[in-house]
Amino acid sequence: MKVTVLKGGRSLERGVSLRSGARVGDALERLGHEVAAIDVGPDLVKRLNEDRPDVAFVAMHGVGGEDGTVQELLEILDIPFTGPGAAACARCMDKVQAKDAIDEAGLPTPDWFAFNQTAFREFGAADALGRLEETLGFPLVVKPSRGGSSLGVRFARSAAEVPQALVSAFSYDDRILLERFVDGRELAVSILGDEPLPVVEAILLEGDRYDFEARYEIGRTRFVCPAEMNDEEQRAVTEAALATYRALGCTGFARIDLILAADGPWLLEANAIPGLTDTSLLPQAAEAAGLSFEDLVERILDLALSPQGALQP
Amino acid sequence: MPKPNGGGGPASIRHTSGMSEVPEPTHRRRSHAGTRDLERYAGLFAERTTVMRSSAMRDLMAITARPEVISLAGGLPDTSTFPPKSFAAQMTRIAQKSAAKALQYGPTEGFEETKDCILEVMGAEGMLPDPDDIIVTTGGQQAIDLVCKTLVDPGDVVICEAPTYPGAVPVFCSYQADVIQVECDEDGMNIDVLERLLGELREEGRRPKFIYSVPSFQNPAEVTMSLERRRRLVELARREEILVVEDNPYGLLRYSGEPMPPLYQLDGGDFVIYIGTFSKILSPGIRLGWAVAPPPVMEKIVLGKQAADLCTSTLTQYFVREYFAERRWQHYVNDLVEIYRRRRDTMLEALRNHFPAEATWTEPEGGIFIWATLPDYIDTTDLLARALRSDVAFVPGQGAYVDGRGRHSMRLNFSGVTEDEIREGVRRIGAVIAEQVELYGTLTGEQRQPEPAEEPQPNVLPFRKAEGG
Repeated sequence: MKVTVLKGGRSLERGVSLRSGARVGDALERLGHEVAAIDVGPDLVKRLNEDRPDVAFVAMHGVGGEDGTVQELLEILDIPFTGPGAAACARCMDKVQAKDAIDEAGLPTPDWFAFNQTAFREFGAADALGRLEETLGFPLVVKPSRGGSSLGVRFARSAAEVPQALVSAFSYDDRILLERFVDGRELAVSILGDEPLPVVEAILLEGDRYDFEARYEIGRTRFVCPAEMNDEEQRAVTEAALATYRALGCTGFARIDLILAADGPWLLEANAIPGLTDTSLLPQAAEAAGLSFEDLVERILDLALSPQGALQP
Repeated sequence: MPKPNGGGGPASIRHTSGMSEVPEPTHRRRSHAGTRDLERYAGLFAERTTVMRSSAMRDLMAITARPEVISLAGGLPDTSTFPPKSFAAQMTRIAQKSAAKALQYGPTEGFEETKDCILEVMGAEGMLPDPDDIIVTTGGQQAIDLVCKTLVDPGDVVICEAPTYPGAVPVFCSYQADVIQVECDEDGMNIDVLERLLGELREEGRRPKFIYSVPSFQNPAEVTMSLERRRRLVELARREEILVVEDNPYGLLRYSGEPMPPLYQLDGGDFVIYIGTFSKILSPGIRLGWAVAPPPVMEKIVLGKQAADLCTSTLTQYFVREYFAERRWQHYVNDLVEIYRRRRDTMLEALRNHFPAEATWTEPEGGIFIWATLPDYIDTTDLLARALRSDVAFVPGQGAYVDGRGRHSMRLNFSGVTEDEIREGVRRIGAVIAEQVELYGTLTGEQRQPEPAEEPQPNVLPFRKAEGG
């Protein structure tokens, strides 16, 4: 089969995307496919028209590649592609949209308030911060609405720390959200087709638990898969993740991040195109389910071509 | 048409023009390990690989290379003014006179003729080492590595400046050193703090192996150690019998002020290991640096070098020999100094015009960087993400510390960019800083500090302190 791997692009996660793309390309070659790779740039449409692949493998992360932009183009060009469709990608990429959809579906997601810069610059939204802080309590989490991995995500332990956290978050996006902090176990549920894979738990080994960067530094966070849970927890977590996947209209695959608190799972966000590097969580989860990386890649291709798991919201 | 080489492995594919069926010699990447394989390798990894650092910042730095980005993040000397004609003539002479020797292995310590060139360079800063104490290395970077290889066991204390040369941190970490940083002020490493630290370590029964310092135009903070502190540091090393590793890549790139004697000169070479390089005065591409160390230390360094790569490139040593034979190397350095001085001045002017009053920055008398510090509510790693949207890049200060400090500072390079790029790059960075300063003001209800004064500020202090008006 003729497969074109789309990778790179201009997003802040370009580096991760190049690693994901390289690894996918290798696996596709080993599977015997005819593989081309495009480092996505202004010539994308031209090159896709020249290549006319049977399927495009989208190994892009962050704004541009994971937010529906590239997917929209592929839909227009009528080239089948891996992972969720344009609309689902757009919903997942934007945490505010995603939380709206999750909330509307009646699923638990921590309370939040979203703002754009204009609200602060022109409408004096800062004066509302006090009330929000009261509602959400401390610590609270400040996140850019669009953006991947831990970039720009900050904890504020007191009102004094909120402005600085907002400045950081606004570095990544014009819209940010303040979110109630939920204490619990950090879990990631990867879904392939409509099958939940074994759950991955991130356990911070050392350092400040409120230091987000630690989570992405090699050696400072340990990932356990499958996460140890009793049957009830297991069912609650996978059902919540699957319901979120459906609520967001995902197809192919996605990774749902959530917190398992004493009172059950709280959904945080969905990653439409989770990392596929050799340290990423989706491949680890597939591995735990007995799928080699090649198996995983082949399955993702199958899903792109015959989306039997296609579930519209 | 038959494939050449019978379709063998990638190594046997030849570039053959006019044969369209020949497969493009795609660089076939070795099949990456699956996760299962990775785990198998993981059991084989040395302990020291676990301390090698990786971070979000590194991923951000990966995208500063986009062509539309004005990058003040580099540390590149300007090699564009080196005349191609004389480069060609030198290489031709080597080919004609000494092809066989230049293509051969050389002595591990380096050629005597290379050492003669090194003596000239060191002589220009008042140092006169014994040629036998010199080893020619593959860049100054290898010299740092060899010194660590010779001196550092896992857990050993290495002391350096805060901030320190970001390229030295991974070397120290790869030898599992316990790196302790001593704060710098405008006169360089604070020796009082250093003395206290040494006392504390002594009480714990720990003796640091060496103190790493870039005393002149330090990368990245661009401070230069005062003469008094240089003397105190050298005396301290002698008294405590600790080595000082003096890394001096920029000593000859001075644009104003009086030259400072290197630590090596003050000490006479008993307790100072000196590291030099041709990278900033000739070319980093030739990968030629050197170390000077007392004979017993040098003996071990030579053994380490032999194990690492047998010898430094013979070809580039021949190049340096030819180049120095023309006796114009100092003119070239002077030319560079002129170019860099203009670029430094351009950057300082741009900083005054475009950075908000809340920012401070160093006004270096030499070197190739300026170190700017922003208000403490601005994180420069986040700022870089925002700056990249405006197509401009710098190095966040974090990389120059081992302990998470430096989050509010940035390193700006002026040697590898044109004056126009400097002006535009600084303008763009200034705009995103101003945006964040204003936003913070809005969020906290604090009044924004007034714009910097119109009239040029006196260019006298090594640090420009923020003055609210």
